[in-house]
Amino acid sequence: MAGARELPPDEVLVRRLRDGDEETFALVLDTWSGGMLRLAMSFVSTKASAEEAVQDTWLAVIRGIGDFEGRSSLKTWVYRILVRTAKTRGSKESRTVPFASLQPEEEGPTVDAARFRPPGERYPGHWAVGQEPRPWPEDYVLRGEVRELIAEALDELPPRLRAVVTLRDVAGYGSEEVCSMLEISPGNQRVLLHRARAFLRRKLEHYLSGVHDVAVGGDERGLR
Amino acid sequence: MNCDEFVELVTAFLDGAMDEPTELRFLTHLTVCDDCEMCLEQFKQIIAMVGELPEASLTVETRDQLRGAFRALRRG
Repeated sequence: MAGARELPPDEVLVRRLRDGDEETFALVLDTWSGGMLRLAMSFVSTKASAEEAVQDTWLAVIRGIGDFEGRSSLKTWVYRILVRTAKTRGSKESRTVPFASLQPEEEGPTVDAARFRPPGERYPGHWAVGQEPRPWPEDYVLRGEVRELIAEALDELPPRLRAVVTLRDVAGYGSEEVCSMLEISPGNQRVLLHRARAFLRRKLEHYLSGVHDVAVGGDERGLR
Repeated sequence: MNCDEFVELVTAFLDGAMDEPTELRFLTHLTVCDDCEMCLEQFKQIIAMVGELPEASLTVETRDQLRGAFRALRRG
């Protein structure tokens, strides 16, 4: 996703924003707001509320750009303001998303134990016959409906998982930045990210195997 | 390493966050298990697809309001 929208380096951006260059403001606004909206949705309950959190964040950025010290990247600074703003808004909506520790449901395996051979069998812990990952038909993967499915699956994720995968895989942040923005440990960040990715993979696997079976079954039924 | 352990370590592997012995066991398993190689490949596909999702965007009203606020606040 990098490369499509190349922004000037931070010192140039900051100088232009401080000088009141509206074109530069429009550029960062349009480049970052999409990812910010997705992230805000992890903390608040409605799209409208997420939009307001993003709006409040930009207003704080406009007012505070003179105080930006360049200790982090400009984007990280903006995202930190967003996380703070969205968290406050979320807690007013009685949606608190504690990140400090893992929830019980976030521990344990991400793949159903039934898919592996049980102890006592030959090769325990290996994929059970018929339960192995199967290749995804490429033409399905490329279809728009798969994208839609992934977008929906992202929305279904519990907030903490969604926040982490949004920052890492949608917005393209590295793990250190995400730990710093959300104030979580690297280990917990990794657990949440892996659970989120495993959830998405499971959804797609389920969908694609269903599509595949329907297509095959449909032909057979068609003969009757 | 068995498959059930492998599938839980994919993200740690992709992040380069494993200690050396674990990484070695992970890579050894990868060379002998086509199923887990497939699983790793699918994680990479998921990550790529998530990265290509169309972005949400602000409403035109909000965008215009913010540009107006920038003009008012920064230009005085």
